[in-house]
Formats: sequence, structure tokens, C-alpha cells
Amino acid sequence: MAALTDARGRATAPVPDLASSRATMTRVMEHRALQYRRTFRASLFSSFGIPVLFLTAMGLGLGGYVDQDPDPSLAGLTYIQFLAPGLLAATVMQAGSFEAAFPILGGLQWNKIFHAMFATPIRALDIVLGNLAWIALRLTMISVAFSIIVVAFGASRSPLIVLAIPAAVLTGLAFTAPIMAYTATQRTPDRFAAMFRFGITPLFLFSGTFYPIESLPSFLQPVAWISPLWHGVDLCRSLMLGTIDRDPFGALVHVAVLGGITVAGGIAAARTFQDRLVKG
Amino acid sequence: MPTDQTSQPLIHARGLTKRFGTFTAVDAVDFEVARGEAFGFLGPNGAGKTSTMRMIGCTSPLSDGELRVLDLDPRHHGPQIRARLGVVPQQDTLDNELTVRENLLIYGRYFGLTREECARRADELLDFVQLADRAGDLVEPLSGGMKRRLTIARSLINEPDLMLLDEPTTGLDPQARHLVWDRLYRLKQRGVTLVLTTHYMDEAEQLCDRLVVMDKARIVADGSPRQLIARYSTKEVAEFRFAPGIQETLDGQFEGLAERVERLPDRVLLYADDGEDVVLAARDRGLHPETVLVRRSTLEDVFLRLTGRSLIE
Repeated sequence: MAALTDARGRATAPVPDLASSRATMTRVMEHRALQYRRTFRASLFSSFGIPVLFLTAMGLGLGGYVDQDPDPSLAGLTYIQFLAPGLLAATVMQAGSFEAAFPILGGLQWNKIFHAMFATPIRALDIVLGNLAWIALRLTMISVAFSIIVVAFGASRSPLIVLAIPAAVLTGLAFTAPIMAYTATQRTPDRFAAMFRFGITPLFLFSGTFYPIESLPSFLQPVAWISPLWHGVDLCRSLMLGTIDRDPFGALVHVAVLGGITVAGGIAAARTFQDRLVKG
Repeated sequence: MPTDQTSQPLIHARGLTKRFGTFTAVDAVDFEVARGEAFGFLGPNGAGKTSTMRMIGCTSPLSDGELRVLDLDPRHHGPQIRARLGVVPQQDTLDNELTVRENLLIYGRYFGLTREECARRADELLDFVQLADRAGDLVEPLSGGMKRRLTIARSLINEPDLMLLDEPTTGLDPQARHLVWDRLYRLKQRGVTLVLTTHYMDEAEQLCDRLVVMDKARIVADGSPRQLIARYSTKEVAEFRFAPGIQETLDGQFEGLAERVERLPDRVLLYADDGEDVVLAARDRGLHPETVLVRRSTLEDVFLRLTGRSLIE
């Protein structure tokens, strides 16, 4: 059994005890799944509805306009083909961020179900892993629905779109894990609005979702490189368009960056959850 | 040497201390709880009761001292201890998005019970807390008393060796409180070890075999309710209430009437073994309270004697 706290109750570096964690985190997932059954229908509707809306408006509407005089940087792609992978990554980022904010704060602050779990053999780390696993599952559902719509719109160019699903999920988790860590330090949702307004929305707009980042003024391009979303967008795009063989090393870097953020966020969340649950 | 399971205390605390920064919430308290006992922490809000309970419940680490729960060390065996506890927290932590029965099922799963076992125990427990007819309803519209009973049922799903109840009836109306007490009393009769905190002296008197009185992070007395009353109070109390403004004019008038006199802002308490005698003697002195009440001493009187303050302020 790995000790998670020192004598003063401060979280020390959590030592994952994966053998027992796998069973306990599954129970945390089970609880989230039981809750989800009530909102299943509405969520399914938006999982399919949002890509249809965006791909129609931006892909067909805006795309019809762009494709009249295609930019050479599109390299023979239609705009909707360029857009679809970016939108997939961006949509999953938003879902992953939202899931890490309100439902997590709810469990810590409103209905306090994570405190209820913490009074049982379940540990803070299990609560973090269970939630991450549950959110990964949700993001997978969203990505699968999105990909089906992309194929239906004829916007997929490669069977590797199947791999764009885990790539998008990883992109989402790179937001979920650190935001979860942050959420555990909050007692009200007051700061979430600012986080979405000044964090998530600018990333959505400036990470190469709607246009190649090379179109940005050169001083803004580094902003895109440090954006986790850009890594996700570029990765999903290279898979969905089947261009990954042109820069496999770049793809590896994307995976490493997104994976690294996810792991670091998860470790941070294990600490902030422990601190928060101990405080009560 | 093999240890005798039945004589080992379920909780053993020596010099147990909890500090938050420079604030000491629990200051070197000693106590033991034996198997089958109903043990109480009586004290006003802020006395350190909840902090003590959270340390016993292994959700808050101790700052200092020694604590053993179920003969294990909370520092190293938190999850193992928690697996055998039944915790009723001060604030409900039920999942409002689930039904009454689902709340029990999912909680049983946290302890690693199979779904079949969870279902069997959930139905039994819903009967026990008289909520079987609400099994399929969402939690949210339930009354406060029903939610408490559901929380109690939930805490029993793992058949705990030790139940921790933090202010089990705070915020409930009198009828709902009695229903909760009745269930807890039945558990006690079945031999379940109960540890509870309360700032209600009637709750402590009804449920506790033994209790400690806490005030300002320390234990100021311990014993059975009867022992505490015998030690710190008299058999009876005469309560005098005077018309507004009168009490302040009566300095020195109560001397010698009773073993002890407590003057509260709204009434005067006269402690004696025979309250009626005090009333007669006061009348002879020409004292004319508006109302007179003779009653038996309670833990409230013990607390007043020990701290000079009322339990509920």
C-alpha cells in the first residue's frame, strides 16, 4: 500500500499501486456510467449533431466559398477535408475540458460523491484515474460519432481515420487531466468562464483548426506550436488525410507532447484531489 | 502472544492532535472505544469533534499522537480500515442524480461487493430504514430525515465493524430525529459499535453508553451519562425565569438556596438534590419568578458546569 500523504496531510508524490487501482478505478467509472444513463439520449444527440452542424456550416458553407479559388496551401484538398480533422480535435478538446470542470467540481463540491468514495477503500488516486478513464470513454464515443459523420460527408481521405479517434481522445485528455487538477483547487465555478473564454476559445481559433497556422502573422505562429490543441489537430490531420508518412517523427512528437501533458496533469490531479479530499 | 479479539479496543487514541497551520483543532486527546459500545463526543460546534471523527475515519491524517483503529495504523492502512467502517458524514454525500436504491448499489460496489450481494443488502437495508417504498425514486425530493436514513443505510452496506456518525440528527425536525434515533438504537442492540458526535445532550443521553465532553479542542470529562451527571451536577435543577429586568436586581438573593447557582442571561438555575425544596425556600425569601421548572439534571448541566457555557449558543 503506497502512502499518499506525509504526517501533515500534504500530498507526497503518489506511488501508483496499479494492481489494486485497476479494480477500484473501475468502480469509480461504474458510478459515472450510472449517472450518464440519465443524460445518455441528449448527449448522443449532441455527439452526432455538433459535427453535422459544423461540417455543414463551415465545411460546406464556408468550404464552398473557399474551394472556388483554392489556396495552394490546401494542396489539392477540399476545405472540408482540411477542416474535418481540426474540428474533431477541437471538439474533443472542448468536451474534455468541460468534463474536467463542471462534473468534477460537482463531485467535490455539490453532491460530494467523491467525498463519499473517499470514505471507502477508494483513494484519491483511484478517483482521479477512474474519472480519467470514464472521460476517455466519453471522448471515444464523441470521436467515433464525429468520425462517422466525417465519413458520411465524404471528408475522409484515409482509412487511418480510425487512428484519428485515439489521437483525438489523447488530445482531449491532455486538457482533461490538467484542468481536473485545477478544478480540485476550486470551490466555485466562477473561474471556469474565464478559463474557457481566455484559454479554450483562443486555442480553438488559433491552433490550425480552420486554416494552416502558416497563414497567421509570423509572430503568432509560436503560439500555435505551444498550443496542445495544435499538436492534436496536426496529428489528427496527418492521420485522416493519410499524410503521416511524410513526417512520422513530427507525429511522434505530437503524441509525446500530448501524452506528457496528460501524465503530468494526472499526477498533479492526484495531488490536488488528495489535498482537497483531506480538507473535506 | 495471540491478541484477544474481543478485549482489544476498536479505537485507541493517545495524545491525538490535529493542527491546521497554527490552529489546533484537536489538542492531545486520549480515549478508547470498546467493541459493542455506543461512544459519544459531546460538545459545541468547533470543539474538535468532526476533526477527531475524520482522523478516525482515515480521511484526515493526524498531526501528532497515536491512533489505532481496528488495531491498524491509519497512516499506513487507511483503505484497509475504511473498508470496515460505516461512515455517516455531517453533510449528506448522496448522489442526487441516482435513485435511492442505486445509491446503495453503487456504494456497495466501492467495497468490492458483487452486484448480487449489493442488491440483496440494499433491499434489506431499505426495509431497515423504512425506505423500501421509495427505492426507485430519485434522492433529491426526499426529506432531510429520509436522506439521513438513506445515508445510514448506505453506511451499513459493507456490514461495518464500526460506525462513525458525525452529528447524525443535526438539522432534522423532532419527529425525524426520533426515527433516526430509533434505527440507531436498534443497531446498538444488535451489538454494532457506534461512535457519534453531537451537540444535543438528549441525543447523547439516549444513545451513548459512554461519552467524552469536548470543549476547545480538549476532552474535559468522560464517563457514562449517569456518571457524568452524578459527578458534575445534582439530581435536580430548579429553573427560575423572572420578568424582564428583575433578575438583574436580585444580586445575592440566591445564596444558600441551593448547592450551586448558575445565572444565565434569561434564567437562573439552582442545583439541588430536591428541586421542590429550593422552590419552597425561594418563596419564603420572597422571590417571585414568573415561571418555575423543576427537572432532573442533564448533560447540558454537566457541560455548563464544566465550561461555564451552554452547548448550543
